[in-house]
Parts: sequence; C-alpha cells; structure tokens
Amino acid sequence: MIPNALPKSLADNPMLDRWLHFRPDGRLRVAVGKVEIGQGITTALAQIAADELDVPLARIDMLSGDTEQAPDEGSTSSSQSIEVGGASLRLACAEVRALFVAEAARALNCPPDALAIAHGAITRAGRPTGQSYWTLAPRVALHVAATGAVAPKPRAAHAVIGRSIARRDLPAKLAGGGFVHDIQLPGMRHARVLRQPRPDARLARLDEAALRKAAGGPLDILRRGDFVALVADSETVARRAAIAATTLAVWDGLTPLAPEMAEAGWLRSQPSDDRTAGPPPAAHSGLLRHQASYSRPYIAHAALGPSCAVAWLQGGQLTLWSHVQGVYILRQALAEVLHLDAGAITVHHAHGAGCYGHNGADDAALDAAVIATLLPGTPIRLLWQREDEFGFEPLGSAMSIRLEATLGPDGLPADLLSEIWSAPHVGNTRAGANLLATRALPNPPPAIASNESSNPDPGAGTRNAAPYYAIPEHRLLHHFIPRGPVRTSSLRGLGALPNVFALECFLDELAAFSHTDPLDYRLAMLPDPRARAVLSRAAEMAGWARRGPSGSGTGLGLGFSRYKNRAGYAAVVAEVVVEREVRVARVWCAADAGLVINPDGLINQLEGGIVQAASWVLKEQVAFEAAGIASRNWDSYPILRFSEIPEIRTELLDPGDQPPLGVGECTMGPTAGAIGNAVAHALGARIRDMPFTRERILAAIG
Amino acid sequence: MNEPTRFIANGRAVAVADDPATPLLDVLRNTLAITGPRYGCGQELCGACMVLVDGTPSYACTRELWSVAGRTVTTVEGLAGHAVIAALLAEQAGQCGYCLSGIAVSAAALLASNAEPSRTAIAAALEPHLCRCGSQPRVLRAVARAAAALKAPAA
Repeated sequence: MIPNALPKSLADNPMLDRWLHFRPDGRLRVAVGKVEIGQGITTALAQIAADELDVPLARIDMLSGDTEQAPDEGSTSSSQSIEVGGASLRLACAEVRALFVAEAARALNCPPDALAIAHGAITRAGRPTGQSYWTLAPRVALHVAATGAVAPKPRAAHAVIGRSIARRDLPAKLAGGGFVHDIQLPGMRHARVLRQPRPDARLARLDEAALRKAAGGPLDILRRGDFVALVADSETVARRAAIAATTLAVWDGLTPLAPEMAEAGWLRSQPSDDRTAGPPPAAHSGLLRHQASYSRPYIAHAALGPSCAVAWLQGGQLTLWSHVQGVYILRQALAEVLHLDAGAITVHHAHGAGCYGHNGADDAALDAAVIATLLPGTPIRLLWQREDEFGFEPLGSAMSIRLEATLGPDGLPADLLSEIWSAPHVGNTRAGANLLATRALPNPPPAIASNESSNPDPGAGTRNAAPYYAIPEHRLLHHFIPRGPVRTSSLRGLGALPNVFALECFLDELAAFSHTDPLDYRLAMLPDPRARAVLSRAAEMAGWARRGPSGSGTGLGLGFSRYKNRAGYAAVVAEVVVEREVRVARVWCAADAGLVINPDGLINQLEGGIVQAASWVLKEQVAFEAAGIASRNWDSYPILRFSEIPEIRTELLDPGDQPPLGVGECTMGPTAGAIGNAVAHALGARIRDMPFTRERILAAIG
Repeated sequence: MNEPTRFIANGRAVAVADDPATPLLDVLRNTLAITGPRYGCGQELCGACMVLVDGTPSYACTRELWSVAGRTVTTVEGLAGHAVIAALLAEQAGQCGYCLSGIAVSAAALLASNAEPSRTAIAAALEPHLCRCGSQPRVLRAVARAAAALKAPAA
C-alpha cells in the first residue's frame, strides 16, 4: 500500500512506536496527537486501541498532545479526531497486533492463524500459551513504519467499540483536579498580562507606584515594548494588579471600534476579496423568484474557564503546559516568536475548559512563555482575567448571507444563489506573528493575512453553503473580508451554522410558496437515503403530523444538514413557545454518525451542540464600543441558563457497516434552522437575524 | 502577621494566616491546595467557584476569608462518596467538566433541603451556574438520580 493511502495522521507519523508502547510494568501506553477538549476523545481512542489489540481498557494509559512523546496530528478540530485520528490509530494497532502474532508464531513454532489474542495474552485453541504482548515486546521492533497493509477488525468483531464506556477524565474533574489551572510547581509564581486594548495601541503611561499600591503586596512589573506582565507570589496580588492596571494604563494610537461594527450587515460595506463559483443563474422567466437575507453576529467561544498556561524555563529548555488544540503548532509559533530552536521547547497538553475552536489558549501560552523567559528558573502560572477572555479571544466571525432561488414548475428550486459576506474563520490564525503578545513585543513581524479558501468542500466561511439537496444549479458569491474590525478565527462549525440556518429557513419559505409541508418539501429533493432517514425519524419522534397552522404562539420547526456535506448527518425538530422571549421547550434529534465508537459520548456531543446552538440563536452577540469589546463578562454576554434548557431526545440511526463520521459540530446548524423555522411557525412571521431578541420578535410581528 | 483565621474545610480544622481580605477562592486553591472551586468570572456570574458555607451555596471568588471564620466550608472534594458525585458520573453529566465542582455543591445543598425536587426545582437551584458545553440536560437528570438514590433505603 502506498503511504498516501494512510490516513493523514499515520502518514505524518508512520513509526509505530510513536503510537504504542508496551511498557515493562504490564501496561500499554497509547500516544495520540488529538487532545481532550471535553469531547471524550481520549476515551474513544482508548476503545479503538483496546478492540484492535484485544487489550483490556484498564491496562491502557492514554498520552495525548505531547511534543516529546506523542505523534504530531496537527490541530484537534473540525470533527476530524475519530475520522482521521481514530482511523490512524486503528491501522497502527492492527499492524502492531499482526507483528506480535507473527513473533508469537515463531516463538511457538506454529502458523500465525493458529493464534488468537485475549486480554493481551496470546492463546492457541482457546488456551494460554504463556506469551503476551509484554513477554514478546522485547523481541518485537516497533520502530518501523506503518504500511497500512493490515486490515483492521471487521465491525462484527468489535467488543469495546460501540459500547458506552465512561469518560476516563471525569472522575478527577469531580474530585477537584484535572485542569491546567490546577498545576502547582515548586516556587511557582502567578502572572497576569496588561493587554493592549486594541491592536497596535502604544502604552503611553503606566503609574507603577499606584499599581503597586493597588496590588497590596510584592509585585514585579515586567515590560517589553507594549507587553506588560504583572507577576507575584500571591495570586490575589497579581489579580488586584491586573484589575487596577486596566484603569491606570494610558494608551496611544487606539483605532476605535463602533457599536454598529458589531452588526453582521456592517460587513456588506467593507472592501472584500470577491470569489465566485458555479454557473450564473439561468434565465427562468415567468417563474417565481424569492430572495431573503439572514445573519449571525460575532460570537465568543466564551470558555467557562479563562485561558491559562504554565511555563518554566530551565537551563535553556522551555517547558509549557497548555490547553491548546495543537501542541506542535504552538511549539512552532513559540519558536518563531522567542527565537528558540523548536527542540528547546516542550509542550504538554493539559486540560482546559471547553474551547469549541480557536480561543485564547495559544495567546495565553505565549504570554506565559514570554514571562518565563524573562524570569528564568521560575515556573509561571499565567491566567487571563474573565474580562481578558471576552475582550481578547479571537471571535467567530459575523456573517451576512443572501439567498436567492427560482422555483420550477414543480415548486422546487431550479437554482440557488448563495451570497456570503464574512471575515476569516481560518487561515494562519495561529502563526506566531499573529499571537497577541507578539504584536505587543518590540519590532513585531508583519501580521499574516488569512489564506482562507472559498471552496465549500470542506469550506470555512462557505462551509455547508453548497446545498446537500438536489438543486440543479448552485452559484456561490463569497465576499471575503480579510481584515474585519476584530480578530476572528475558528469557532465550532465555522460558517456551517449561519449557512445551514439561512438555507433551512429559506427552504421553509420556499415550501410555503409551494403550499407544501416543510418535511415533504425537503424529502422531495434529498436523494441520499441516510439523509432521508434522519429527517423522517426526527419528524416521527417529534410527532410532526400534529403540526398545526402557524401563528398560535407555539411552533414546530425542522432543520437538517450533513456537516461539511460529508461528515455526520443530523436532523432536528424544535418546539418553541414565543411570549416575551423565545423559549425552546423540546428538541428531537436523529443522527447518523456511521460507525459509533462510544454511543453515550456521541449523544453527549450531539446534545451539547443543540444547547450551544440554541444559546447562539436566542441570546448571543459580542458588543463593541470605541475602546474595544464591550461585552466583557456574563452579564453583558448572556448564554442559556439551566431554566432555559429544553428537554432533548436523541436517537442514533444505524446505517450498517459504514465508516465513522465526525459529529462534534453536526447538530448546530440543524438546531439553528429548526429554531428559526419553529419561531416563524409560532409567530406567523420570520426572524432572519440572530440573536432572536425581544426587539426582533416585536419587529417581526410589527 | 495576621492572627490566623480558623474554619473547617471539608471536615478538617484549618488555621490560615492569609490576609483576612483575601478571596476565599485564593485561600482554598493556593493556600490549602483545595482546587475544586474554580475561577470563572470573579463577579458571581458563573458559579464555577461555588462552595458551601455552613451548607449554603456561596461564591468563593468574592467572599473574603474573614467571613468564614468559625464556619464550615465544603467544596467538591468534601463530597467524595456523595450521591451527587456518583450520579454525575453515572449520567456522564459533563463535557469539559470545568463547571461541575460548583454545580455539585449546589446540587448537594438542594438535596439536603428538598428530597424530591422537580426538574424545575433542580433547574432553579442550578440557575447561578453556567455550563458552556451544553451538559445541562444530563446534569438535571443526574441530580434527580441522586435524589432517588438518597431516598432508596441503604442496601
């Protein structure tokens, strides 16, 4: 098999000993590059290894995200951890198993197919042979490249895959530990950073005497250019200093923001790099044409725990603990900025609060690293204040979307035009030059512009902009705004939620013109049987047939998408009650993720996506003011609370023997579409702009 | 040197020499190495720092050390073996888990006063707590499960 045929993670890290190590203590260490960000990935990957090798889960230790000992799998993002990381680990395990069986056959002087493995031990005709992975390990060289020539087990042979195994990391987190925030090292000091309020702002004045007084204890103020670190033995002192510093610092060169820039529509007035794809709409004269515009504002990742990192420079070697999505990507960025050899930097992944994409983790890691290099020998725990997290994390871009379609004689769309205005969702956002501390240090290198592609497969701002439905012609106009008013980067699903929201709402509008039920309308243009199955099942679960006329104040709406048009399928039905505000009362979801490694973990991801999408649609918008981000805490950036959580029922459909599909993001777009359509059904009037505020409800029913 | 502040932390008598105005959160995490209560917002808006003071949920981020003198402070570490912890694990009621130590103590306080809380009552008791991952449906189930477990006669 040619190396190209290996899944990316294995092609990039072909040496088998990079993945698996049978230790002399009778345990198996599985090393992976995909990291735990609350999605249960280390548990699911352990299940894959356990099944493929026939080693008990209890004998497996997982090491994830480590530049010394784990493979480089890039970033943990885009629902790729099972599809690519899992497939890689599976192949590596299959190959290692075959090497051990071959060695056992030599040792036992029998053909390999006379042997089996149970609980890590080699058996022959069901009886122990005295050999195991661990007895053979000294004789089996794993420092060899994977060939991909050994097929993994067939689905019927799975014993651990497909079972709801409890998460490996939760017990520690319910016992008071488990996070990077909890690391304590001897002599560790606490640090905060005084941030430039806007990019390129210059620190004109900082009253250090007043700052020390406010801190109320011994404080080191370390300044390099416009990078200011506040370091103390006491975290209380460091925090007081951080709070005082924001009011004591005087900055020059602020490029102000304005409140109206926070609206998605503002992007339409900005210079853009315009890209088009697909044929121009044909002339369909005399038929009904419909167009409508939809939007989502800037959204914050809003991790519950602010970004944190621990850094320690010892004898020229920098060690860092961080909750970044990609430890090797971070190491490269640190090497660039600190002018260090990458070999002089070790990054260990440590758990943080859920990030849902590229948040402040990388910036905080660089903050800690810079401070550690200024204080050699001292471990530094750097934590962002809550206000820093909201004020400086890269945001999910606002998007404005205009859709236009012609209805054919059958009432179905004969064509579709998708016009999208958006700032970047990806593209060099983690390069060292773009991290916050770099911009504040003396002589920063030029910032690197996003290289985001407009190709909707897999797409960034254009993700899921191409319809999964059989619409004869699709044209895409992407107005890419490379420099928006604020820094933006990947947030769960990138453009998928806004694009699916727009299309699913638009389809309901078209269905209404055709006097067709929204479910029937979709099924009439969905040839993929798996797509039809999730849609039909979600409708059945919700009792779609009971859906009455619109305008009653209670509404039922549905939404569907296949994430990236090639990952997990999800259909969602939402029931809403609209009074003063929109309340999502119940949600039904049917999903198809192909081969499921851990059903309970997968449902947790699907339902988490439903809740988060509901929160975005109903409540969330980052606010701007002249001095920068105005929404700096949970009172000005409210999210869904416990009393607002819908009852959710989820079912996984089994499509038979199919490969696993990523699901981390797949329910979000359908949920947004379902809520949009349910609110339109409840009101008899449509809200097309997120969030669905009281003002927008009133405007809709005007 | 300050006169030490004495209180009971998770059943253990402690005497802390920190400045009495130190936030309880810093005392617990950094002086006593009780890291279950977590910094989330510093303004009583997210519940990640929640602890029980004499059995009542209280924000450790704004509460100062002096105010717990002579009182009992319970954190998630003090709930080891409690039905709430078992139920949260049984329901796998978390994703990143950052919010759970605060949620666990509020849930334990609820169950101490209401043996059979409705879903609405559970949601009301947990209203001070944010969860960004969307694990709330599971948390609501877990607290109901813990209530049922506490009511069941001991085996």
